[in-house]
Amino acid sequence: MTTTSVDYNNQVVRQFAVMAVVWGIVGMSVGALLAAQLAWPALNFDLPWLTYSRLRPLHTNAVIFAFGGCTLFASSYHIVQRTCKAALAFPRLATFTFWGWQLVIVLAAITLPLGITQGKEYAELEWPIDLLITLVWIAYAAVFFGTPARRQIQHIFVANWFFAAYIITVAVLHVINNLAIPVTLTKSYIVYSGAVDAMVQWWYGHNAVGFFLTAAFLGMMYYFIPKQAQRPIYSYRLSIVHFWALISVYMWAGPHHLHYTAMPDWVQSIGMVFSLILLAPSWGGMINGIMTLSGAWEKLRTDPVLKFMIVSLSFYGMSTFEGPMMSIKTVNSLSHYTDWTIGHVHSGALGWVAFISIGCLYALLPKLWNKSLYSLELVNAHFWISTIGIVLYITAMWIAGVMQGLMWRAVNDDGTLTYTFVEALKATHPYYIVRLCGGLLFLIGMLIMAYNLIMTRYSEDKLSEQAA
Amino acid sequence: MSHFWSGFIIFLVSANILGCFILLRVTAKKKIDHASKTETTGHVWDDDLTELNTPLPRWWLGLFYITLVFGIGYLALYPGLGNFSGLLGWSTDTAYQQQQTENKQKYSALFEKYENQNIPALAKNTEAMKTAQRLFANNCAACHGSDAQGAPGFPNLTDHDWLYGGTPENIEASITHGRQGSMPSFANSLSDADKDNLIAYINQLHGEAAYSEQAQKGQNLFSQNCIACHGANAQGNQQIGSANLTDNIWLYGGSDEIIKETLTKGRSGKMPAHEKLLDEQTIHLLAAYVYSLSQK
Repeated sequence: MTTTSVDYNNQVVRQFAVMAVVWGIVGMSVGALLAAQLAWPALNFDLPWLTYSRLRPLHTNAVIFAFGGCTLFASSYHIVQRTCKAALAFPRLATFTFWGWQLVIVLAAITLPLGITQGKEYAELEWPIDLLITLVWIAYAAVFFGTPARRQIQHIFVANWFFAAYIITVAVLHVINNLAIPVTLTKSYIVYSGAVDAMVQWWYGHNAVGFFLTAAFLGMMYYFIPKQAQRPIYSYRLSIVHFWALISVYMWAGPHHLHYTAMPDWVQSIGMVFSLILLAPSWGGMINGIMTLSGAWEKLRTDPVLKFMIVSLSFYGMSTFEGPMMSIKTVNSLSHYTDWTIGHVHSGALGWVAFISIGCLYALLPKLWNKSLYSLELVNAHFWISTIGIVLYITAMWIAGVMQGLMWRAVNDDGTLTYTFVEALKATHPYYIVRLCGGLLFLIGMLIMAYNLIMTRYSEDKLSEQAA
Repeated sequence: MSHFWSGFIIFLVSANILGCFILLRVTAKKKIDHASKTETTGHVWDDDLTELNTPLPRWWLGLFYITLVFGIGYLALYPGLGNFSGLLGWSTDTAYQQQQTENKQKYSALFEKYENQNIPALAKNTEAMKTAQRLFANNCAACHGSDAQGAPGFPNLTDHDWLYGGTPENIEASITHGRQGSMPSFANSLSDADKDNLIAYINQLHGEAAYSEQAQKGQNLFSQNCIACHGANAQGNQQIGSANLTDNIWLYGGSDEIIKETLTKGRSGKMPAHEKLLDEQTIHLLAAYVYSLSQK
């Protein structure tokens, strides 16, 4: 314990962390409903607000930007303060980022079911909400970058590099991809058209994965894993190499979403080549995280919170291997448009993003409340239930996806297609049910977490100053 | 692409790949000896966060180099570096043409055999109809149903009732050029009572209701508004695709409410043209299949 004490801004961190749990449950509930609708379409009850097409963007926005976003705000604010030994800059702006972000989420939850959309994947929200996001993001940048300016520690901690890259890049991506001409308050036209629009969209889309869902969560990992394991980070030089390689190479990978389309051949080739080169930089983060545990492996047996974090890195390694493989054009010609893609996304989203977030929230919230976790057994139960959920989900989608790809391309001796689309759909049905079960297990895990955290918050037991 | 943009792309791509190489070369140097294996950077954050400076794992370095070399090789062989089309001369376009040619060679003998048979004969050829049924399942079933019995708005192809004629030539023309059915809206020219009267007449035409005074009024309205297309005897006209109203076969439904909706809003039926989607041989085979359905 050092003698200097800094008056950290814990309130905004706490607010974001609590809302992350709330929005996680909301977003995953919508996801479970969608999974059920795919198995039994009647579950939209013939109501326009509950149709798949309107709820799907609500699900993605809620889990990525509400659940993921709130976790990132919370952890980046926490980490930048602690590793700079300085309170957050511009506390009022920090408060504004919280209320502004919640307003964005609520507006999304209202407009998307009403069918108000730009029609761009992961960028559905209409222009007034986009402007609000921009304002919040500028405030976020001011708070985040203003804090190291007052730091008492000379070196900038590795997590902060990743957060810095994410904040700057997301700003650029968001503004450029959403450039639009407004017509009314709820309708606008994007300035790009045709293949250019598709390319800008997937430059945005893939870098949203790269910087929002990868770089930023790596930042979270770089603080919470060594902290939880009480071990030094494995390799400083590995963090340097994989950071710079990751952020420069990710920029190119977008075109692999547009293989075999109207995109020019050279764009597709470059997208594929850089996606493959991305494998090693991605794994650099996994190695650095997992190897941080060397010399303390036994902690995995006793600390379920650490288990969440380390298993998240295993899923990260798996999906960052799978991604480059799927970007190879010949593989992509089989996997594209099938449920394999959905499986890949969820191995990253549930296994990596959600697991590292959950681990971080379990580590962070009790500390902020100055309490010890109500029940480690419940954390353990949460861990196993959601791990089984993920495995069910992704294996169901892998099998379904490969099966669909093979059925769609199967040809008879006379050159006709062996299967009709609806036959492939029928064959997929059981896997949709398995996927729903996997999703429900994951959701149950989140509810256990919420219960555990509520019990932690309202327990009498206070941590001593020493332990805190 | 202009020379400038081509050069720009080549520069950026090469700079990024080269940058990765340099980054790896610089950081992979083993500057520390075994004694300092546990060397830390000396940085401490948040009281207890520290970091080692472990050298890059060899297998990971190898993996990184392999992907970089693969990338350079791929960009030398395939289009990627701006206007440079790659040493293999490969392009999506030529690959597509090549596959098309290969497929033609493989399957054309079979389809040519069928091309020269006339449709009524082909319709009796079980081997040909097996192929045709698969073509139907993948090209037509989405609207007409896999059993070809249609759905509201999409004609039943098995009921011997034809909007545009059921001869082999008619069917082939429908598939090739498509059809555009158009029933105008009478929202402004007929009152609600008029529509009820017309419905009474139409119900009487196909024997669902007995002759009534209302039907009498409907008949007058019919001769003023409908006979131009549906004909004086209301049996329709295959030249323009107008429906026969006397046979109790309905494209959009024959209940009073639905007929009223048809009268009020009009109808627009669309059979898409397939001349640019399928080749003539395939259309010929499909026409034979549809014809065979009506021969049962």
